[in-house]
Amino acid sequence: MHEMSLCESILQVLEQQAKAQQYSKVKTVWLEIGALSNVEIDALRFSFDVVVQGSIANHAQLEIIEIPGQAWCMPCGRDVVVQQLYDLCPHCGSHQLQVNSGDQMRIKELEVE
Amino acid sequence: MCGVCGCGEGHSHSHDHDHEHSHDHDHHDHDHHDHDAAHSHAPGLSPKRMVQIEQDILAKNNRYAAENRRYFGERGMLVLNLVSSPGSGKTTLLTETIARLKDDLDISVIEGDQQTARDAERIRATGVPALQINTGKGCHLDAHRVGHALETLQPKDHSLLFIENVGNLVCPSAFDLGEAHKVVILSVTEGEDKPIKYPDMFHAADLMILNKTDLLPYLDFDSEQCIQYAKQVNPRIKILSLSAKTGEGMDGWLRWLKAELELQRIDYA
Repeated sequence: MHEMSLCESILQVLEQQAKAQQYSKVKTVWLEIGALSNVEIDALRFSFDVVVQGSIANHAQLEIIEIPGQAWCMPCGRDVVVQQLYDLCPHCGSHQLQVNSGDQMRIKELEVE
Repeated sequence: MCGVCGCGEGHSHSHDHDHEHSHDHDHHDHDHHDHDAAHSHAPGLSPKRMVQIEQDILAKNNRYAAENRRYFGERGMLVLNLVSSPGSGKTTLLTETIARLKDDLDISVIEGDQQTARDAERIRATGVPALQINTGKGCHLDAHRVGHALETLQPKDHSLLFIENVGNLVCPSAFDLGEAHKVVILSVTEGEDKPIKYPDMFHAADLMILNKTDLLPYLDFDSEQCIQYAKQVNPRIKILSLSAKTGEGMDGWLRWLKAELELQRIDYA
């Protein structure tokens, strides 16, 4: 259930930015969520709706941009696509992989008024 | 501690929140949403605009974690974040470790559990200071709560601080507390496939302890396979097998702790 804490963090950022960027209502939130970020998108959507109730983001739409997992394969010396942290290199079968993308959770942009 | 802390929202945070929200507002306005969206297409007058944020969702936790890390660094402390499922033997490992080291080292413990102070009491019985954090409904410790725990605990310079996280192999993996290492504890009474079932935690840890090895003769647990799974998820992970109960293998763990603590005393340029 750490999706609930993530949504509380998102709301805090929205409220902080409201002063700096001078808006009073958030209509849409775009998030970048990596495939390897340990975030369950359905749980995140559910938690978001609950957490933003009565806030400046009440009824805001949540748009998720999913970022595929990518890792550097040391034996192959190149980037490969991975779906899970325990995936082996699709080319050489090695597990000597270093994740270099797809573990992010970012608030990208907002539609506000 | 709270240089970065806008602490009005701190401790009582989760409690207050829930009360206000839960019942009154339930989805009463669902249709509104679509209406608004349609209306606002009024030509030329739309007050809507886009705002670039580009901020990590965990940025706030990471700021507190950086502050904790600075605090630990200034004091030359070794801080370990112990993570596992409930029942892996974390607290027993800690009490046995403390019994063997407390005459040589200053040790303190932060205990995270949803409820009760039972674990902190078990630690205090060994004679070292322990502070219990009850996360209530929360599933993990965060860097902010750990920062406040430090104010109360006041750990000594060059001491060893164990943070025993909430028993949970999922959520604590995402929350940096400022520790030097996450140490994941897996007991042989669990399945050997836990590292691939819960890969995030094993990926985030630097050391894995395979605990309760005294029970191996009575189980079908395949240690080799378990170690292979862990290295598949995290090629850099180091693994120690031990039994906190019989003491078998504890020596390697104690030497690792002393060596890591020694490393914290080095002043890098």
